[in-house]
Formats: sequence, structure tokens, C-alpha cells
Amino acid sequence: MDGAKDSIDRSTLAAARALEADKYKYGFTTDVEQEFAPKGLNEDVIRFISAKKGEPQWLLDWRLAAYKRWLTMEEPAWAMVHYPKIDYQDMYYFAAPKKEGSGPKSLDEIDPDILATYDKLGIPLKEQEVLLGVEGAPKVAVDAVFDSVSVATTFREELARSGVIFSSFSEAVKEHPDLVRQYLGSVVPPTDNYFATLNSAVFSDGTFVYIPKGVRCPMELSTYFRMNAQSTGQFERTLIIADEGAYVSYLEGCTAPMRDENQLHAAVVELVALDDAEIKYSTVQNWWPGDENGQGGVYNFVTKRGDCRGARSHISWTQVETGSAITWKYPSCILRGDDSQGEFYSVAITNGAQQADTGTKMIHLGKNTRSRIISKGISAGRSNNTYRGLVSVHKKAKGARNFTQCDSLLVGGQCGAHTVPYVEVKTPDAQLEHEATTTKLSEEQLFYCRQRGLDAEEATALLVNGFARDVLQNLPMEFAVEAQALVKVSLEGSVG
Amino acid sequence: MLDIKNLHVKVAGGGEEILKGLSLCIPAGEVHAIMGPNGTGKSTLANVLAGREGYEITSGSVCYEGEDLLALSPEERAAKGIFLSFQYPVEIPGVPAMTFLRAALNAQRERRGEEPLSAPEFMKLVREKAALLKIKPDMLKRPLNVGFSGGEKKRMEILQMAVLAPRFAILDETDSGLDIDALKIVAQGVNALRAPDRSMLVITHYQRLLDYITPDRVHVMAGGRIVKSGGPELARQLEAEGYDAYAESAA
Ligand SMILES: Nc1ncnc2c1ncn2[C@@H]1O[C@H](COP(=O)(O)OP(=O)(O)OP(=O)(O)O)[C@@H](O)[C@H]1O
Ligand SMILES: [Mg+2]
Repeated sequence: MDGAKDSIDRSTLAAARALEADKYKYGFTTDVEQEFAPKGLNEDVIRFISAKKGEPQWLLDWRLAAYKRWLTMEEPAWAMVHYPKIDYQDMYYFAAPKKEGSGPKSLDEIDPDILATYDKLGIPLKEQEVLLGVEGAPKVAVDAVFDSVSVATTFREELARSGVIFSSFSEAVKEHPDLVRQYLGSVVPPTDNYFATLNSAVFSDGTFVYIPKGVRCPMELSTYFRMNAQSTGQFERTLIIADEGAYVSYLEGCTAPMRDENQLHAAVVELVALDDAEIKYSTVQNWWPGDENGQGGVYNFVTKRGDCRGARSHISWTQVETGSAITWKYPSCILRGDDSQGEFYSVAITNGAQQADTGTKMIHLGKNTRSRIISKGISAGRSNNTYRGLVSVHKKAKGARNFTQCDSLLVGGQCGAHTVPYVEVKTPDAQLEHEATTTKLSEEQLFYCRQRGLDAEEATALLVNGFARDVLQNLPMEFAVEAQALVKVSLEGSVG
Repeated sequence: MLDIKNLHVKVAGGGEEILKGLSLCIPAGEVHAIMGPNGTGKSTLANVLAGREGYEITSGSVCYEGEDLLALSPEERAAKGIFLSFQYPVEIPGVPAMTFLRAALNAQRERRGEEPLSAPEFMKLVREKAALLKIKPDMLKRPLNVGFSGGEKKRMEILQMAVLAPRFAILDETDSGLDIDALKIVAQGVNALRAPDRSMLVITHYQRLLDYITPDRVHVMAGGRIVKSGGPELARQLEAEGYDAYAESAA
């Protein structure tokens, strides 16, 4: 175990060093021949996407209904973010590496340039390499999504032996149509909100996970999303179902090339936890944030929701949000089952001209439901960082409890931090606690660290990592160290 | 080793002069003590030597091992062996003392072109030094200085000094707030570091500490400069007579 941790430390150090060499090392593009749907959005484009994926009629109908609905909706304007109007006809809704066909059967069929891309990102797609690489290290199964399609999913056979389904969304539609049909849209209905509805119409690929009754998933599952093609939106859809008594820990990571245009990312994630099931969902979001002047960068408009459908079920969101020009996301929990539990742990860092409006919703429906929110917002540069959260306790949620803690840290004097908590309580015996603090990174702390030998940037990273520790500790161990390195990179240039 | 000449310092952005032509020379291998009334500029001197921002140096020079110390950043000075034990150690929430100290040591080593210490080597070093200072291993896991008692904070400063092994250490009232046992332990820590190529500047209000750390020289600071220097006996004299005699020269 110690040996494993040490080699992880070493590879992480190497990764961190590489990160330091280049402010955003994920900014490269991959030259592969791509196939696009015609530019713009209309019914034909949706039919094109659906046909490309060989989808059944019911799914095409589902998409088209969402599209009709979307046409009647308005883009939300309540978030504390500002951006020029998006021209939805001026982008591609589907881009796929050409060789892909109906999806590669083995890694040998994947374009070597794409394999090289993931290698550069530090994501192993070859199982042998994973096994050889870090002896004794915990295995992590990976689903790699490149623009609109999944290019590889690892360790599927080993997972299948315990009955776990871990596949691309497109494949799940073909192989497990009943499961998909039963749960798709059951947490985030196609009518939910502007971006979720858009996603329902045009979603391309994503990950599907099903953990059968009583199974503890034998390894960490993860998906790496990579946006490569120009002028292309990414609309993936993730659906995770933990059946009774099941457990799974899942992590998603995201990167994109540096481009001076804005790319739209409108994903939907749905989690379903049945009786006694537990889902731990972690995100390390590092989409291209744009340059210091706010040119380019990803618009990250995402709907994530977990449904604690069963009694005593447990869903926990942990997010480290460092990238994107704009982040608009509120991973939420519907605490439907009695005694169910929802958690939200968030670190959101904004620097340069980035804007983040993020938080959570905890909807208490069942008896004795509990929720816990720990949000750490860090603003640097000229950025703006808003925590927006709702705790709603319904009439039947007797004995519901919530604890919320929102801490904001300001680095420098030109940034903004805002906390917007909403509370609705309809039952008299609910117990809610809310704590909020705003602090400035103090000159005294910086000097203390520098006196001991750390430069201003190292000192800032150390202090910010300390500030965010309660949240970072919730990440799976393999990723916690990476996240700390990422915190450092995200804050570069924030101190004189 | 350290040569301060006619140093004039005020708070940046105007205000009164705090250091008013201070001169002080500390040869290698020597321990010097500075005593002086409250508000006379002792901590200001310590801060300026360590490179804290917010001060304006209007004239004078500080030469450290033949180099212009004032031209260096705080972290460069640290890597070159300048260490300040703070009068008021700062809390670092969420960063375990062990993590902090390792980051500091390896940052210094990197700047000096040395290899970083591996985790096991580092642990061994810290445990050894902590044991000498009677610091419980549990304390090293706690966020640095957060919720530490006054005495624990001071002891932690000395532990950092022991691990970082500086060439020139400034102890700003490290003895204040220590009980008698802790005082002895801290003094032992300081004495253990005494070496021919290492110097120290000990700022204190009390003879007590100097009973355990016998200084080579004692300086009286008043009104922003050194007004009298002598041997260890000067400290005892001050303890008996107070600073009244120097009020004149301070004004
Ligand atoms: N940043 C600052 N702004 C304004 N005044 C300052 C500042 N720093 C120091 N001073 C003033 O300079 C004088 C010297 O302060 P300093 O802390 O150096 O004294 P000291 O000799 O260490 O005192 P003590 O024995 O009480 O620790 C004091 O009058 C103090 O108020
Ligand atoms: Mg002082």
C-alpha cells in the first residue's frame, strides 16, 4: 500500500512538474479526421445524430420531443454570470473521429493519435499498461469520451464478472435498452431546464453505469471527457444506477484545447440510488478557462442531479471546479427515501476573468433525511465566484437535518465572492444550520510562508489547499494529489 | 556575517521613521541579544531583515555574507539561511505542521540546487527534532498553529528552526509566554544549533532566557537605534535598572 502511494506520489509529482512547465498543458489539439453533423440545429441534425448511433425509434422520438420543447424555452438569466448571446445555429452538435464506425471493438482499432492524446493527458487506456504501470495501485476503469463519442472503455470484462455494467451511453442503448429506457430522464426530465432540454435533444455520448443488487463495485470508475473539434458543443449524458445495497465511486475529468472561441458544454448527469445504495460522484473539471482577457474558454452549463430514491440511500457529490470561462452547475440531491443522505463538497476556483455560479440543491422529501453542504469558493484575479444553494424541506420530511458551510477566500483585491443561500422549510421540526465566512488571503500568512522558503505562488497554493482541505479530502486518494497540483496551476499569476 | 549600517526605515506610504540610523554587526558564530522598551522597533528590524513588505528603507545597508540582503526576496533570504522565529506565529488553517515544514524545507533545498528530502528521510528528521523539543507527534498532524497555546506556538517555531537549520536565526521574543520548563527546552534547542558558521539575534525582554543562552554581546535598543552594547553583564544591569537611563538618547 505504501509502495503504491509512493509511486502515485512520484507520478503525480512528475505530472505536477509538467503542469508547471506550461500553464495549461491540456491546451493542445489532436489532428484526426473528424466527421461532423451539418452545422446548426434542426430536426434533421437530430435525426442524423440518432441515425449515426443506430438508435431505436423511441429514443429518436424522445429527442425530437425535447427539441420541440426547447424551441419554446428561454435561456436562463438569473445566474451571476455574463456572456454574449450564444448563437445556437453557429456550432456543430456532433463530431466524431472518422475511423470510429460503429465504435471500436478493441484498442487496436483506435486512431493512434487519439491514444496519444489520452497518453498526453496522463490517462491510461491500455489495461496492460495500467497493470504494469503502478504495481499494487488501485485499478481505475476508464471510459474515454472524445468529442461526441466514447473511444474506449477499459476493464469491462473484469467488471462484468461482478455484474457491473460500465459502458458508453450509445452502447448501453443497444445492449441494455430496458434499463436505459427505465431510468433515462427519470431524474432530470427532458423538460427540466433550457440546457438540460437542449442536451436531451442532441446528446451524443457519455457513460452508463449499473451496479447490481448488493454489489460493491470492485474499482473506481472514471470518465475522461475531451473536447477537441472546433466550433463543437459537447453534450454528454451520464446515467448511473446503484441497485439495492450497491456501492460505486465514480470520477469524471475534463479538459479541452485552447481556442479563442467559446465552446459550449451542456451535459446532464443522472444518478439513481435505490434502498441502501451509495454513489460517490467526484468531478475534477479543468476545461480551458480562456485567456487572461477572457477570450475563449468553455461555457460549462451542466445539470447534475442525484435521486436518493430508496430508503437509507446515500449520494455524495464532490467537485473541484478550476476550469471553464463560465461555470453554471448545481449538483443536487433529491432525498426521497426515508433516512437517505445527500452531500455536496465543492471547491470552485476562479482566476483571470473566469466566472462561476455554482452550488447545490438539497430537496428533503423523506423522513429523517440528512444533507451536508461544504462549499469552498476561491476567487483570484478579476474573477467572480458565487455560491448559490437551496435547502428545501417538504412537509413530510419530518426530522430532516441540514448543515451548510460556505467559505469564500479572496486572493487579491479585484475579485468578487458572493453567497446566495435559499431556504424553504415546511416542517416544524427540521434542523438547519448555516455558517458562512469570507476571508482574504492575508499578507501575514503569505509572509510567514515566504519567510520559510516558499515563493508567493507556492505559498498561495499551500494556503488555498489548506482552505479547501475539508473538501479535497473527500476525493478518492488517487485523485486528491492531482487535485492539489491543479489548485496550484489554476492560481498561477494571481499573486504579484 | 551580518553587517547593518545606519539603517533608516519607515512604514511604507508615509508615517514616522521607526528605525533611525541603526547599526549592528554580528560576526559568524556569535549570539547577540537585543533588549529594549516596547515599541522601539525590535520587531520592525526583524521583519526588515526577513524581507517583509510594507516598509520603506530610506537609507542604510544590510550586508549578509558579502551580499546585499535588502535586494533579495523573503524566500531567497530563507534559502540563504535567514530564519525568523515570529513574535506572533501565524495560523495556517488546513495545512498540517508536517506538510508545511516539508514544503518549506524542500522549497529551500530546491532553490539551493539540492535534492528534495524523501518522505521517510524527512519524517525521521522531524521526529528526531520534535522529540528533543518534547513536541508530541500528534501535534505535527494538526494544522500549523491553529488552536496551539502560546507556548506550543513558540516551541513549533523552534522545531522549524531545528529542521531548517538556518545560518542566521532571529528569535523575536521566543521566550515570552513560555513556562520555565519550556524555556529550558527552547534554550536547549537554541544552544544545540550554536556553531562556528551560524549566528543568532535574540530579541528578548528578560534576563531569564539569557541565563540559559549566554550571549556573546548584548545591545540596548531605544528610539530606533542601538544605544549601548556590552557583554552578558549588560543584560543583568538592565534587568535591575530598567531603560530609564536610555530614555534620553531615545528622544
Ligand atoms: N505597519 C505599521 N504601521 C504603523 N506603525 C507601525 C507598523 N509597524 C510598526 N509600527 C510602529 O513602529 C513601532 C515599533 O514597533 P515594533 O513592533 O517594531 O516594536 P517592538 O520593539 O518589537 O515592540 P515590542 O517589545 O512591544 O514587541 C511601534 O510604535 C509600532 O506601532
Ligand atoms: Mg516586537
